[in-house]
Amino acid sequence: MSGFFKKLFGFKPAEEQPAIEVPVAVEAEAEIVVAVEPEPEIAIMAKAAEVILPEPEPESDPDPAPAAAPQAKTGWIGRLRQGLSKSSSVLSSGITGIFSKRKLDKATLEELEELLLKADLGLDMADRITKAVGQGRYDREIDPEEVKAILASEIAKVLKPVEVPFAFGGQKPFVVLVVGVNGAGKTTTIGKLGAIARREGLSVMLAACDTFRAAAIEQLTVWGGRIGAEVMSRPQGADSAGLAFDALKQAKETATDILLIDTAGRLQNKADLMAELDKIIRVLRKQDATAPHAVLLVLDATTGQNAILQAEVFSKVAGVTGIIMTKLDGTARGGILVSLSERFGLPVHAIGVGESVDDLQPFDADAFARAIAGL
Amino acid sequence: MFETLSDRLSGILDKLTGRGSLSEADVDAALREVRRALIEADAALDVVKSFTDKVRARAVGAEVIRSVTPGQMVVKIVHDALVETLGADEGGLDLRAAAPVPILMVGLQGSGKTTTTAKIAKRLKEREKKRILMASLDVRRPAAQEQLAILGTQIGVDTLEIIAGQNPVTITQRAMDQARRGGYDVVMLDTAGRLHIDAELMAENAAVRDACRPHETLLVADALTGQDAVNLAKSFNEQIGITGIVLTRIDGDGRGGAALSMRAVTGKPIKLMGTGEKLDGLEDFHPGRIASRILGMGDVVSLVEKAAETIDHDKARKIAARMKKGTFDLEDMAEQLQQVVKMGGLGGIMGMMPGVAKMKKQISEANLDNKIVARQIAIISSMTKFEKANPKVMNASRKKRVAAGSGTKVEEINKLLKMHLQMADMMKKLGRNPGLMGKMFGGGGGPSAAEMERMQAELASMDPSKLPPEMRAMMEQSGGKAAALPDLSKLSQGLPGLGASRGLPGLGGNIFKGFPGLPGKKK
Repeated sequence: MSGFFKKLFGFKPAEEQPAIEVPVAVEAEAEIVVAVEPEPEIAIMAKAAEVILPEPEPESDPDPAPAAAPQAKTGWIGRLRQGLSKSSSVLSSGITGIFSKRKLDKATLEELEELLLKADLGLDMADRITKAVGQGRYDREIDPEEVKAILASEIAKVLKPVEVPFAFGGQKPFVVLVVGVNGAGKTTTIGKLGAIARREGLSVMLAACDTFRAAAIEQLTVWGGRIGAEVMSRPQGADSAGLAFDALKQAKETATDILLIDTAGRLQNKADLMAELDKIIRVLRKQDATAPHAVLLVLDATTGQNAILQAEVFSKVAGVTGIIMTKLDGTARGGILVSLSERFGLPVHAIGVGESVDDLQPFDADAFARAIAGL
Repeated sequence: MFETLSDRLSGILDKLTGRGSLSEADVDAALREVRRALIEADAALDVVKSFTDKVRARAVGAEVIRSVTPGQMVVKIVHDALVETLGADEGGLDLRAAAPVPILMVGLQGSGKTTTTAKIAKRLKEREKKRILMASLDVRRPAAQEQLAILGTQIGVDTLEIIAGQNPVTITQRAMDQARRGGYDVVMLDTAGRLHIDAELMAENAAVRDACRPHETLLVADALTGQDAVNLAKSFNEQIGITGIVLTRIDGDGRGGAALSMRAVTGKPIKLMGTGEKLDGLEDFHPGRIASRILGMGDVVSLVEKAAETIDHDKARKIAARMKKGTFDLEDMAEQLQQVVKMGGLGGIMGMMPGVAKMKKQISEANLDNKIVARQIAIISSMTKFEKANPKVMNASRKKRVAAGSGTKVEEINKLLKMHLQMADMMKKLGRNPGLMGKMFGGGGGPSAAEMERMQAELASMDPSKLPPEMRAMMEQSGGKAAALPDLSKLSQGLPGLGASRGLPGLGGNIFKGFPGLPGKKK
């Protein structure tokens, strides 16, 4: 219509951009339609559950001294289950409440959807799972365990493709950039990652590129001391990109295996801070065109739907290669991870289930799904 | 990704125009969308339910004001109910107790407790002239105590000396002792971040509470929190007993439904909001703003604030003075362009405008490129001083030289000159029109908080009949086509809340109207 507007934004003629014409609402619907598929996996899933399942945690106990969990072996799964137990017990007792000896009708499905929404799964995902449960079972009596199995299988189906263990590559130094919003747990995650690398016998350097927050450098220095890694730092307020550049240079000179770069927390809607992140990557590439070899987005499990925007913008600016989800030891369920995986398919490398060095655990889609479903 | 509630509701309820009052069916249809909007905004489900019940009771049978569609009416009712639920501006901390007044800060890890502690201390020191002692009880996170000490130095507030190996209760007692002896007015105690299901740490917090008997116990919570907000607010309130909530990261682009959840579940007021990493980023709580945001109605207030924040007032005043005289040269225009860049580019500005959210996608698909602005700045920078002051002298050979110097083409320079002419024209008119803009430039400060609230309220009760036809067309055609994009110059004039300024306040000109010649990205 208005020539002014065309000029203003440089629109191409409408024919060239059919994408524009798709109304938002229709798109959303389409997503849902695609998502609803028949459920061949239930049987398999149920079987798998039978085989692998550790014994169920006592759900009613709010602060369990988990005598049931053999500490050494079930290590992190136990911990995850312990962490998720409260939330999943809410979820599963809710499910049991809805479905015990009841017919599957519209009202019950609505209640199920609500339970899923409470787990931060988001509207689309909750809708999809609800539909999957309803598929072919409408008006039939349904067993609560079956609902859990369907729920777990649906979640696992989405999460399975993104279950990618983190591996340090062969590049020397292998440069890992850690990004995320403020308070997500970047520095702690770096400490834990560094500890893992050290255990594998690799030499590690930490670059304290969070030159903004007070004592961020000291925090990383403490971690460096704990795990036996060199820490590159500059006084607070220094240029973080310059520091990253020098750290890479030094890591090359000293033939260090792994360079972990900590960055300042930034909200993804702050254009200038995101530009700073872009600059860090640019200067790294001046020395090594393939750096950073991994860009890890640290996500707080308590985050709600905003995590989707975080993943989107950080990916766009920093080329995120994988996600680490922290703070899964609370009541937060990390259900947003399910929506994230469906939407972006970014690899999920690890989850943080506690504060100590060993609490960074590889991400296991099945265990995660079962823990959410309360199986 | 978010559609605004008003857009959605107008789609559903537009057919119903002309009826006298809202029927139950109308309301039910609308409330389904309200529920969706609230859940997308991370408001907790139980809270959403009781909230929609409240709205239903109020909306059924409500008279639809003439010239307002039922959809708009519902939005208004929802908005008002939200503001009510979120609580009035209770703002501010209660310090009416015998000095030293202890303030205990609690919350999850990474919610921003330490930064918020320093922000509150700075505010109390500067606004209320209090003497404050800060103490960090976080003996777990490496360098947490140092962090508070560093912040204390930055804001000129004393912190308790760090003694390694002490437990939080001992530190608390020491802090209270020192405050009593040192004659401090306020003691701020920053606790270690903890999970609300961690019984051991919660017990530690309770012990600290008993040791200092805080007058205020503030729960610091992240505005980006999801459904878990309810659990954490409830546990902290039940186990420690909070007196208020501080919402952090409100400067993010989260919708802030957590605010509603926490307020509803604890009944405790949201006292303050943290905005940004800088230590003066602390504001009183504005329920109206958060309500609009939760409903996805755009955040004009933020836009105005951002403008006020980023615009260099000295420069702005100079430009304003020149505008009054009717002179607006290329140098001034370069300033304006730089302001746009500072505010996050055209996309950033437009994203905050209500009703424009839907077009955001189209804008990004339209190859809107901030490089255009950068290139225009480059063109101006390549001119001589004389040329900048007298754009009329630009002849063919000068243009060629500037094009070569800025790496552009002569056509682009022509476009820029044309755009400048139009802007200068508008500036002349504007210079004679004192309004919000005049206040902005003249006074050097932004519109007052009250004015902003009013604007926001006006926006909420937006009268569609006053909207320009372009905007209505946009609302009707969900998605729309590129060709149907409204003329934004009219749109911004038509926004009721901005009526007085005829444009985006603080931008030194109606940017949309002001960039008529802005060339598109090269294909």
